[in-house]
Amino acid sequence: MSKTIIGGHDRRPALWVYGVLIAVLLGSAFPIWWSYLIGSQDASALNQNGMMWIPGGNFIANAATVIDSIPFWTALGNSIIVSSAVSLSVVMFSTLAGYAFAKLKFRGREGLLIFVIATMAVPTQLGVVPLFIVMAKLGWTGSLWAVIAPAMVTAFGVFWMTQYLRDALPDELIEAVRMDGASMILSFWHIGLPAARPAAAMLALFTFIGTWTNFFWPFIVLGPGNPTLPVALQQLQAAFYVDYSLVLAGVVLSIIPLILVFIFLGKQLVAGIMQGAVKG
Amino acid sequence: MTTAAVEVNARSIRRIALSHKLSRWDVRFSPYLYISPFFLVFAVMGLFPLLYTAWVSVHDWNLIGGQGDFVGLENFVTVLTQGYFWNALRNTFSIFLLSSIPQIIVALGIAAVLDFNLRGKTFWRMGVLLPYVVAPVAVALIFNDLFGDKYGLINSAIMGMGLEPVRWHVDVIPSHLAIATMVNFRWTGYNALIFLAAMQAVPRDYYEAAIIDGANRWRTFRSITLPLLRPIVIFVILTSTIGGLQIFDEARMFDQAGQGGASRQWQTLTLYIYELGWGQRNFGRASAVAWLLFLIIILIAVINFLITRRIAGTADRKLRVRPKGIS
Repeated sequence: MSKTIIGGHDRRPALWVYGVLIAVLLGSAFPIWWSYLIGSQDASALNQNGMMWIPGGNFIANAATVIDSIPFWTALGNSIIVSSAVSLSVVMFSTLAGYAFAKLKFRGREGLLIFVIATMAVPTQLGVVPLFIVMAKLGWTGSLWAVIAPAMVTAFGVFWMTQYLRDALPDELIEAVRMDGASMILSFWHIGLPAARPAAAMLALFTFIGTWTNFFWPFIVLGPGNPTLPVALQQLQAAFYVDYSLVLAGVVLSIIPLILVFIFLGKQLVAGIMQGAVKG
Repeated sequence: MTTAAVEVNARSIRRIALSHKLSRWDVRFSPYLYISPFFLVFAVMGLFPLLYTAWVSVHDWNLIGGQGDFVGLENFVTVLTQGYFWNALRNTFSIFLLSSIPQIIVALGIAAVLDFNLRGKTFWRMGVLLPYVVAPVAVALIFNDLFGDKYGLINSAIMGMGLEPVRWHVDVIPSHLAIATMVNFRWTGYNALIFLAAMQAVPRDYYEAAIIDGANRWRTFRSITLPLLRPIVIFVILTSTIGGLQIFDEARMFDQAGQGGASRQWQTLTLYIYELGWGQRNFGRASAVAWLLFLIIILIAVINFLITRRIAGTADRKLRVRPKGIS
């Protein structure tokens, strides 16, 4: 921040600025609030009385119906397993690869890194048909492995960790440990990994959210008996299209976990997006 | 020196030589070992399926029956002459444009407002990001209700103003608008934060100099902020193009049947791929469409890249600004 206060960027803004921000905030929050508003109503009351602006008392009952009619707990458990496994694997492999690209010398390093970056622009989602054939051959259709395996690495993760470790980890530190006779993997373990921790946590967070909200591939490859939460929501819609209080009660149930994540880690999410923007 | 001593010495020398050799291998091969998981998984689960799509697309291939005869370009010819492909292509681009253009403009506006010296910065920044944690499927179900043709909140408001209700789930453009709204809801705040980060990297002296010269806030935004932001705007356009042309979730959930409407009013290309592959069980034709979409995306990405390089280059030459840290 500069010291001169002439006006412009350092001055506290006018009231209309906060007015705009409040409007934006309402736009962000309203649809979420709306899902609870409708999800807590009784369907027949909704049909008779029309619009209601106060949440009803029916949310628990609606939630119970939802949990009875779709495999909700299975879906919740699956989403937790898949998102955790994918985050762990992406972070592990990205950190290893990022450490190598940022700090180790080897033939072909530049070319391989450019290849990794270029793959970020490749829409691999369009390989769904052969991917499904492969999964069917392996007998993995319907199992969580089919969702986890293709997501175990991301080019973005490798790029992100490379960028971070390049600046965050001094070369002298690695050399010092190597002089003491530590093997490559030990010096990664004792020097690389601790240095990577902040970026790794950020990567884990974004990977978790991305996997949790993913629909296309899980919808194709998982059966109705073993869904993740978004796939279960699709089943809910198929079952109760006309009863929107039930559908939206299910929506509320499904978004609670990530809303909790947001409440505790929202600040980190903001920081992560802003750092990524400057570096990317 | 006795023979025994010589032997022991030779053994320890050999041991040292071996450990040297091991250490050299360690240095030489470890980097490849560390990057290999990415390349292995990407090759098997990403690149191979994508390339194999081309192979499947020139065969008769059934979801259950598996590989059939080689048919050359027949799947492509069928798909390209049926009209559904062109319809889906039109819908995809229409939804994409309706979502990306307003989204980027509004995100720039929100970022400019967040760039003021606000009280409670973190609170406002988190506020705009909230929709990002709601899954697209959940967003779609909420907006489906808001955009209900008969009792939806939005149509109630429209009728309250004395206008005719909009048939969101029947007419082509209204359905695209509704789906684009879902996309915009989820991503506008996210992109605003990306723009905000870039805005904060603009050296504040630039603004001060301009203000001394008598420029107002709007003028500095137009003449300093926007030109410096151009590379990041293009980056956002590029990533949203790759994602936006593959839009599936919101369109799939816009009605119960999930075919993209009774007469395919909002059927996108990925929805069409799904219908061909898992509805009609025709993997050959599904692959043909997937491959066509792949080529379209690559083409657009390459064009984008060329433009980006050009514009980023000129912006760099003009101002020689490097992003600093963010506050």
